[in-house]
Amino acid sequence: MQIDSQIVGLLLEGIRDTLYMVLVSTILGYALGLPLGIMLAVSDKNGIRPRPALYRILDIITNILRSIPFLILLILLIPVTRALVGKSYGSTATIVPLTIAAAPFIGRMVESSLKEVDQGVIEAAQSMGASDGTIVWKVLLGEARISLIVGVTISLGTILGYSAMAGVVGGGGLGDIAIRYGYYRWETGIMLITVAIIVVLVQILQWIGMRIAKKLDRRIP
Amino acid sequence: MSEILLEVSNLTKRFGENTILDGISFTIRKGEVVVLVGPSGCGKSTLLRCLNGIEDIQGGQILLDGEAVLAGSKELTQMRQKIGMVFQSYELFPHMNVLRNITIAPEKVQKRKRAEVEIEAKALLARVGLADKADSFPRELSGGQKQRVAIVRALILHPEVILFDEVTAALDPEMVREVLDVILDLAKQGKTMLIVTHEMAFARAIADRVIFLDDGHILEDSDPETFFEHPETKRAEQFLGTFRFEKR
Repeated sequence: MQIDSQIVGLLLEGIRDTLYMVLVSTILGYALGLPLGIMLAVSDKNGIRPRPALYRILDIITNILRSIPFLILLILLIPVTRALVGKSYGSTATIVPLTIAAAPFIGRMVESSLKEVDQGVIEAAQSMGASDGTIVWKVLLGEARISLIVGVTISLGTILGYSAMAGVVGGGGLGDIAIRYGYYRWETGIMLITVAIIVVLVQILQWIGMRIAKKLDRRIP
Repeated sequence: MSEILLEVSNLTKRFGENTILDGISFTIRKGEVVVLVGPSGCGKSTLLRCLNGIEDIQGGQILLDGEAVLAGSKELTQMRQKIGMVFQSYELFPHMNVLRNITIAPEKVQKRKRAEVEIEAKALLARVGLADKADSFPRELSGGQKQRVAIVRALILHPEVILFDEVTAALDPEMVREVLDVILDLAKQGKTMLIVTHEMAFARAIADRVIFLDDGHILEDSDPETFFEHPETKRAEQFLGTFRFEKR
């Protein structure tokens, strides 16, 4: 295998496409998953405004979406993707299934982060006359922020993994390169390089996330 | 006698089949310090939580200044600002510094100006001997310091009555003193307080009235002298006996 400028260009393009898909999907995933997670945490029987019926519905929808394997979801959503983006391949198109797969996953992580906030602290806020909205913004999200940031880091890693899977159906990015060159053309070298790049990207995202989390943590000296 | 501030009538609280509070009635007048004592599990803490609307009630009513305190009602957030509460385990916000812990509620709930609230917060911190701790985080404070911050956090909302829920139960003996001194100081200032405590000497010193609660019922409601020297019921006598030690 020869590492020429063409391959380097290809890999750089792959990195760019992967980061584009992962970041946009994570942002959109949070746009859906954060409100979902807040609603799950708030409407739970131990939440600040218990709504058992609402919780049950959200819980079931989240579970169903989470239990569909990503590869299947990718194929199931092709008509939806085509309707939204105009085509079913390429990195922009992959953002649709990535977002749909990420949202319930993110919702669950947000829910569990918010549920970690000490019940006593929430009651203290209630005893001072804080409204439910103030409690969500200032107490739940504020006090859970370390856990939420760790959640973002985990989400980025997971979505990056999903994005590579999308390569199977022409999803674009590093996964696509690995499949096309490594699998279809037997160029194991390129496949290994893409895998190494993906590993490094996950490490970097993880490292950045943990640094931010540590910086914001006031609980431990 | 001053006017009635808090009026509880026939309050009933059940958890499922268990009746925790069974027809509780009492009043607190403005400026009065009432101490609530009783064996563990008698419903003292639950009573305070009902008064603050943290727990809903199954019967009776709670009136503050003639207005009902009702869990789940629209007016509850308004009512709660008039009822301060200090908890056994402080419940400070761990990610906020001391000053922010104190100023967030007046700023976000009462919509007061941050600058004005900070001045008051610092004055109150100085009053409880914590002027130099404004920028500290809760984890950097001792239990007694945390509890004094929690008291300031309740005071800054200018509540009409403050509820203290076993606020020294989690503290080392020396720290108990510094917290009780702050509460004694508040009593001198004429604050209306309802205090749940197991510190009998403190109860006797601070109380205008003592209420003895046992198994969800008020068995005694009298002045401290009468309660501690000549309790009317056998149960109260028994309870007070557990605090006396003699070498046999």
